[in-house]
Amino acid sequence: MTALSRQKLTQTRETSHDIYDVERIREDFPILGQKVNGKPLVYLDNAATSQKPQAVIDVIKTYYATENSNIHRGVHTLSERATRAYESARSEVKRFINAQEDREIIFVRGSTEGINLVANSYGRKFIQSGDEIIISWMEHHSNIVPWQLLCEEKDAVLRVVPINDDGELMLNEYEKLLSTRTKLVSIAHVSNALGSINPVKTIVEMAHSRGIPVLIDGAQAAPHMPVDVTEMDCDFYVFSGHKLYGPTGIGILYGKAHLLEDMPPYQGGGDMIKSVTFEKTLYNVVPYKFEAGTPNIAGAIGLGTAIHYVNSIGLERINAYERELLSYATEAISEIKGIRIIGTAKEKAGILSFILEGVHAHDVGTVLDHEGIALRTGHHCAQPVMQRFGVPATARASLGLYNTREEIDALVRALYKVIEVFR
Amino acid sequence: MSDLQELYQQVVLDHSKRPRNFRKLEDANHTAEGYNPLCGDHYHIYLKVEDNTVKDVGFEGAGCAISKASASLMTDSVKGKSRAEIEILFNKFHDMITGKVEPTSAELEKLSVFSGVREFPVRVKCASLAWHTLRAALDAEGKTVTTE
Ligand SMILES: Cc1ncc(COP(=O)(O)O)c(C=O)c1O
Repeated sequence: MTALSRQKLTQTRETSHDIYDVERIREDFPILGQKVNGKPLVYLDNAATSQKPQAVIDVIKTYYATENSNIHRGVHTLSERATRAYESARSEVKRFINAQEDREIIFVRGSTEGINLVANSYGRKFIQSGDEIIISWMEHHSNIVPWQLLCEEKDAVLRVVPINDDGELMLNEYEKLLSTRTKLVSIAHVSNALGSINPVKTIVEMAHSRGIPVLIDGAQAAPHMPVDVTEMDCDFYVFSGHKLYGPTGIGILYGKAHLLEDMPPYQGGGDMIKSVTFEKTLYNVVPYKFEAGTPNIAGAIGLGTAIHYVNSIGLERINAYERELLSYATEAISEIKGIRIIGTAKEKAGILSFILEGVHAHDVGTVLDHEGIALRTGHHCAQPVMQRFGVPATARASLGLYNTREEIDALVRALYKVIEVFR
Repeated sequence: MSDLQELYQQVVLDHSKRPRNFRKLEDANHTAEGYNPLCGDHYHIYLKVEDNTVKDVGFEGAGCAISKASASLMTDSVKGKSRAEIEILFNKFHDMITGKVEPTSAELEKLSVFSGVREFPVRVKCASLAWHTLRAALDAEGKTVTTE
């Protein structure tokens, strides 16, 4: 390396550490440049799904244009290249969440499928009549319904940890619910409706001290903060690629290897078997045992690239930037008369849910959309949360790594417009 | 008038804030419940039907301005009408909010304030929720009649 290039390299590293150049970052996302209803798009619906950087769009295009082939099957060159790309995406994910082994990473469709896989495979084998499963009041429907289905089938009981008025998990109540009947705990890392960050390490410790395994739903955590499953010591962790600047239709189930080994397959088909005869079928090893059929190869590769992209900025920096932006937004929105923020936990990530007195969230959403502002209104697939706070719906601004203070200012202006319309 | 002003006309806002016939009918002989899972709008419709005619109507529930105003204006406009007349009115209303036909205020009278909905396709469900619920309430009776 020449002195000059070395110097250049340190310079770029330094600058990239010191300032978070959000304008530069925005250029990586082609969709953000457009106008909606004649106004510049302000995309604040990242908790529903995030936008994709050019690198992700390109890698998917390149894959289909130059490498498309089925994996783990052919001996031909393309198949080998596709297999390598798919498997290296797995390694990328492994490093991203600091798992111990590649085989602990299972490609699924998203968080929903990850949870369903555990409920169907682990749950069916290990949950019996009278057993209890603990979830929380702030779960997304995808971390409620699979357990209800399982409980119904097994005659098991679902227990729900309550939350306080700030939208924080009540750990003392959790402690009380844990018992010898508890066979599994499944709790969100970050609530999608409230933004509360749960003390997952403590949650896991408390369950483990009684020998109970824990699934953490990281759908809303993985895009906003560094995740270390080894440190957290959770038994299962799920997240969705599309909320992490990757494509839809791909997500991750992490499971500790020894648990995955003990679990029966989730679906049957190609790729998940070693040999098939009508008398006896031998299942493939983990993780392939859980990846029946042709997977979303382009999706996995796209997710690998999305992770690479996020890492190039750095989750620590993204987290710091978003925290700062969230407190700016919280302050700005609180100043508007008639606003009530739903979810005021001390530890929050990227999500600002609110209602405007006298105006239904749906009407808020329509006016905001008219101003080019995309955010979600409704119950956010978390109806128990809405019931807990006595509201039918909220408007939810959810931040991503590319949002700016100017966009928050636009949101505030648009909210004044709502007030004007409904005055 | 901007799209937004056309959607949220004064009459609409007025009915959403002060809905008419917003009460439970104690002597209702038809009721139905309408729910829009997308936004959580939730209404009960109560009808008193005699001689195949809606003699009285009331509703309760909560939802967005469009759904509530629509329910309120609907209750006003179906009172005294027969099932067949209500069906015709509903079809005209639906054609208007989905933009199939230009609103003719002569036929739809006050309901034409919802013409702005056609520029907001995602809000069609809000405007039509009360109507679907009303028809379900009328049908409920229809079914009872056939089984009897
Ligand atoms: C907390 C949480 N869990 C699970 C999910 C489900 O994710 P997906 O729809 O990608 O499977 C979501 C999505 O909104 C979520 O926010």
